[in-house]
Formats: sequence, structure tokens, C-alpha cells
Amino acid sequence: MSYTPKMNEFIQAVEATRQKRYDERHARLSPEEKQQLLEDFHPDYRPDTMRPIKVGVSKGSVMPHELVDVLESRSRLDSDKFPLNKIDYDVDVLIIGGGGAGSSAALMAHAEGANVLLATKLRLGDANTMMAQGGIQAADKANDSPNLHYLDVMGGGGFANKPELVKALVHDAPLVIKWLEDLGCMFDKESDGTMVTQHGGGTCRKRMHAARDYSGAEIMRTLRDEVRNREIPVLEFSPAVELLSDGEYACRGAVLMNLETKEFFVVRAKTVVISTGGFGRLHIDDFPTTNHYGATADGLVMAYRLGGRLVFLDATQFHPTGAAYPEQIVGLLITEKVRGLGAQLVNIHGEQFVYPLETRDAVSSAIIRECLDRKKGIVTETGQHGVWLDSPMIERIHGEGTILRSLPAMYRQYARFGIDMRKTPILVFPTLHYQNGGVDIRDDTSVTTVENLFVAGETSGGVHGRNRLMGNSLLDVVVFGRRAGMAGAERARHVKPGALSLAHVSRYHKELEDAGLVTDKVSPILLPPYARYQSVPGADPAV
Amino acid sequence: MEKEKVRIFIMGKAYEVPKGLTIMKAMEHAGYQFIRGCGCRGGFCGACGTVYRMPGDYRLMVGLACQTVVEDGMYLTQIPVFPANKATYDVEKLRPGLSDIIKLYPELTRCLGCNTCTKACPQDLDVMNYMAAAMRGDIERAADMSFDCLMCGLCAARCPAETVQYNIAILIRRLYARHVAPRAKHLASRVGEILDGAFDRSLDEMTEFTRAELETLYNQRDIEPE
Repeated sequence: MSYTPKMNEFIQAVEATRQKRYDERHARLSPEEKQQLLEDFHPDYRPDTMRPIKVGVSKGSVMPHELVDVLESRSRLDSDKFPLNKIDYDVDVLIIGGGGAGSSAALMAHAEGANVLLATKLRLGDANTMMAQGGIQAADKANDSPNLHYLDVMGGGGFANKPELVKALVHDAPLVIKWLEDLGCMFDKESDGTMVTQHGGGTCRKRMHAARDYSGAEIMRTLRDEVRNREIPVLEFSPAVELLSDGEYACRGAVLMNLETKEFFVVRAKTVVISTGGFGRLHIDDFPTTNHYGATADGLVMAYRLGGRLVFLDATQFHPTGAAYPEQIVGLLITEKVRGLGAQLVNIHGEQFVYPLETRDAVSSAIIRECLDRKKGIVTETGQHGVWLDSPMIERIHGEGTILRSLPAMYRQYARFGIDMRKTPILVFPTLHYQNGGVDIRDDTSVTTVENLFVAGETSGGVHGRNRLMGNSLLDVVVFGRRAGMAGAERARHVKPGALSLAHVSRYHKELEDAGLVTDKVSPILLPPYARYQSVPGADPAV
Repeated sequence: MEKEKVRIFIMGKAYEVPKGLTIMKAMEHAGYQFIRGCGCRGGFCGACGTVYRMPGDYRLMVGLACQTVVEDGMYLTQIPVFPANKATYDVEKLRPGLSDIIKLYPELTRCLGCNTCTKACPQDLDVMNYMAAAMRGDIERAADMSFDCLMCGLCAARCPAETVQYNIAILIRRLYARHVAPRAKHLASRVGEILDGAFDRSLDEMTEFTRAELETLYNQRDIEPE
């Protein structure tokens, strides 16, 4: 699947200007220009991408349309008729979601002696955790401290982060690296055992730990193996579709659905941990995404119906350079290092249109402007927009062999599809990467507005403020997953099981009706509608 | 513009799909909504192992559905789950050598050296030879060679000796990282400081700082050189 003849024609324009661009430095944006660019083109700033939600505890908060759509949908369950008298599973701690956070929570709750059940929508380990390549931050070197890590997290988040959560994140970071090392997670090390650490965007110390470029996969498969070794009960292909309550604002379990047979199961639990990940597969503003198939905001929907407050959900992280071609890898991340080494962003005429190392939000906006407003981008045969990232410039600047030496994984990724990025540019477009906000929690992951409910990982909000730094999401899922497991098990010791209720769902449905929101849409949607006959426009470039 | 089509057979049934799609997107184009056989969609999770055959060729080919492009005449089925043997163990109590590995997976020694596993690996790993390293008790080499394993299960599905290469490989990697690789001393020492509460007070103070105070500290922080 190398470039088509048509694409090769476009590439000639890039080659024609390479010599000229070699000597050219594109002007940086002035603060005013940058602000205007963001306001005009960044999805977070454009009022047409969001609206205030009309119901629930965060009523009036502005969030992306695609999220509000699923929040303003009805439950799969008829709350007046659904039978709750037969309890299928009776446990101390129910964990919903089997990624890095859920698996960490399961291991810790189990170690605390709790009777644990982990239910997950797809397979154990099917999560964004598995896909994280870059690494995991922790201040464990002599020249570093949790305090410096704290400053980096706050600065990256626009100083809007919830301080108690940032403190927990940086405090626990070395503890979780040690925990993972003890579990047999193969971090990159020097021959004397010293961790190999690098910088990430916005770090003041080299504290990015990695396991080659499979960091998340290595952490996830280690945690998964350990969950299996401890024989913790796991129900795969069994997403939760609704939480159960005491009728007010305390959680008492959940209803699961067998994804294949559609059979429902009632779980009574003293405490519940939600670790279902983010909303990438809702394709906010029709963007492609780096996210896992299962990232459909299920946890946000269920927690919100029971009264969980949502914060920072108007801040979505778009990475400026996602792959736009070939079709097989659309949306996948192209590391910032490619621009760091000198690759320029170039339009259909072979012209630069933005300084390549502006902040991520500004570069994303400039690419969107070039494609959608100025119409100077490329449109592929599958309808995907993109601009060129002129990777051959890297070898022009630093000499032949630089790409194989510095970007081997990236090189292999393209070589697999017959594209030699040393010789031809690659096509990129911004990609939806991370849900910065989520359910409001305390530093033990307990939800501020619901009893006996805990939320960990991307489903929660506050720790990253308005913008997460690289290497802090793997950290987030393990730190807060562990805390959720411990707090959930501890709290379960003090909870007496009581009658199960879906009254909170009836209450929510009534609110929808009172707000004039009459709909037959149901949520959580569980799976994105990619099969051809159910597709939403723009959700999948294949259609 | 009418797109060029190819004809593929999904579990025996023919579909016309646009040329250039991955097997995964071709199946979605055909109308399938995945429950199994679809995960990260980016080549990291091993959910979408697929076996296929081309017309006129007796050989079975393998690939990840999210990374393999459909070709005209492709006859395919997914193997989303394989009922493989998985030993349970406490990694801390094991010794990193052949004897403990064989206690957990005695079938390891049944390897016929046929190399079918290597041919079945969508990551192009040298599976037979990492298994050979395991049989020599060379934990470090087996861990290194198997590192990029996605645990899709295609090797085990094709193995005539019925060994489960990917489960043996993760045991070996965990043994290597836990017992063979040297420990990070700086990490142990920082963990000691944290457990002693060395940072508690200063971190608590930082949570009380105003935004202006934090911004000043943030802008003054020195950056470690590359």
C-alpha cells in the first residue's frame, strides 16, 4: 500500500520546495495571532462544538455535543420494571473496566482481602493503557523530586488542576514504579539497574520511564497476568449498563449485560469502582482518534445518572500529528519527535504554513485551518484530510541514517505499508487523543457527590486540569487504580448491604422529560457504530 | 467516483468491499459490528488475529485484521480467542531457570522445531528460537526476543506440539525483570524517602500555593539539559 499515483503527484510539490524550505524559518505566531487561531479553529474554543447539558448535577456545564448526546439519552433499562430481586453476584468490591486502572484496583482490593469481581466490556486488558507507547513519569532520580513533578503537572494543566489529586499522583509515582518492578515489568534499564529516563513535553527533569516503545502494553500485560495468577474473578464481554443505588445518592452495585447474548446480571456490591476509560470513540467534532475501540464514555454516563459531578469536560486533548494515510493507521499517533528533528508541516503547494514547534493546540489549529478553511490540504481517497509532514528534511538536516537511528518504530510503522519516510513525506491530521476531564473525585478516588462509588483513570477529572502531559496517563491509571482498590476495599468493611434500586434512573428520566428531551436514544452506547449500516457521518474514514 | 472493489470471503460468505481497506474495516463495511476480534485498532492488543488463504495457494497466512489490507479473493476467518493453557504462579517465589518454567509448562519440551509458530507470528518474532532460548534456560535472551509479543495466540493455535508460546513468554519476561535484571537502586532509595514522609510537608505546602505563586515557581524552574 505505497502512495497512489495521485498522491505521488502531490508529493512532487513538496519535493520541489524542499531546498528552498531548508533555508527557511517559518515565523512564529504572536500571542495575539495564536489566540485568534485557537479561537477560530481549535475545537475546544469553537462554540459550535459544545453545548450546555440540560439535566443532572452538572446542569449548565458546557461539554462536547457528542458527550452531551449520550448523557441526554435514556437508560437501556426500564427502571420501573427491571427485576432486582434476583441477585446474580454478591461481592464486596465490583470493578467495572479491565484496563490499567481496573486491573490495579482489582489487585489491591484483592490483597486487602476483599471479595472482588471485575467486569469488563471486552477482554481483560482491552484499554488505552495497552496502546500507550511513550512512557510513565515518576520523580525517582536524585536530581528530581515529587515537588518538581508537581510543578510540571500544574503548569501543563494550566494551573487549573485539583491540588490534592496532583499531590497523590506525584507522591505515589515512585511507589508504583517500584510495585511494577516487583511484579516483573521489564522497564528499560542501564546495565547497573538505573532506569533509562527521558524528557517529555513540559517536563523539567528526565523522568519518563519506558519499556521500549511498548510501555503501556508491558504494564498492561504484567497486570493482566497477575490478575489471572491471583485467580480474581473476571467477567469479560460483560459491560455494566447501569449502576444500582439505595434510591438516593449511594451506589450499591450495577447491572451487567452479556454483550453476546444480551442477558442481564444483577451485581450487589458494597462498593463500586468505575475504570472504563474515556470518550475518544465518540469522535468529538468528527475527529479521528488514537483511542481503543471501547472508549465510549460508559462510565461517565452511568456515574452521571447517579449524581456524579463532571468537571473539565470542555477540555479535550488533540494531538496535532495523527496519521492521515495510509488508511490502516488513520488517527494513530506520530510522535512530536519527528517535528523536533526538523520535519516541517507543508500544504498542497509545498508551502509551510506554521512554525512546526508551536504548542500542540496551536499546531493542531493551524492544520485544521489549512485543510478546512484555506482548502490547501490533501484529501485522500477515503476522504481523510491531511497536510504533509516532510520527514525527508530530517535526513537533509542531520544526515542519512538519522531516521533509522532516532525513529525506528515510526520508520517500521510506515515501511509496513510500503512507505519509506526517509524518502517521502507522511500525511498527518490532528487526532483526538485524551479526555482531560471526567468525574469529580477526592484523592482516594471516592466520588465527591455519590457514596460508595470510586472512579479511577481517564473516567475521572481534575488531576490533569485542562491538559495532560505525556507520561502522566499511564501513571494516573496505576496510581489511582491502586488507590481505588484500597479505598474501595476499606470502605466495603463499613457498608451494610441493603435493597437495590434504580430510582436514580427514574429520577434522571423524569428530568430529561421535564427538560423537553424526548428521545429514544439509549446509552452507554457500548460500541461505536462502525458497521456500515449504522454509521454516523464522519465517525469512520472508511465509510 | 466509484471506488475499485475487491471480493473477499468472510467465513465463507462473499462480499464486495472497497480496495485498500484493512480486514477490520472491510468487515465493518460488509456490515459486521465487532464484539470480539477488535480491540485497539492500532496493532498493539492482539485481539484481531486472522487466518486467511489466497486463491490457488494451499498455505494458510496470518495477520492482524487492523493491520492487514484485503486482497481480491482473500478467504478469511478471525481467531479472536484461543482456549490456551495458562499456568498460575507467584512470580516472587519462582527461580529464574529452566526447572521452574518446566514445572509450570512441561509441554515446553515437546517442541518439534517445525517453525510453524514463527511463520504464524504477525509481529514477525522469531518464536521458535525464543522458545529454544527458553529450553536452554537463557531467560534474558528469551525475554528480549519475545518482548514485542502481543499475545494474539496465533502461534499457539498453529502449534503441533500444543505449547502456548505467548504464555510461556510472559512468564519468562516477568522472571527476567523480577529476578535477573538488576534492581534500580535510585528507585528503592526514593521509595524509602517517600514512605518516611520526606516530601509530605513540602507537598502539602504546595497544595496551598496560589496560582501566582505556582506560576512564579514554574517559570523559575531549571530544565535538565537533553
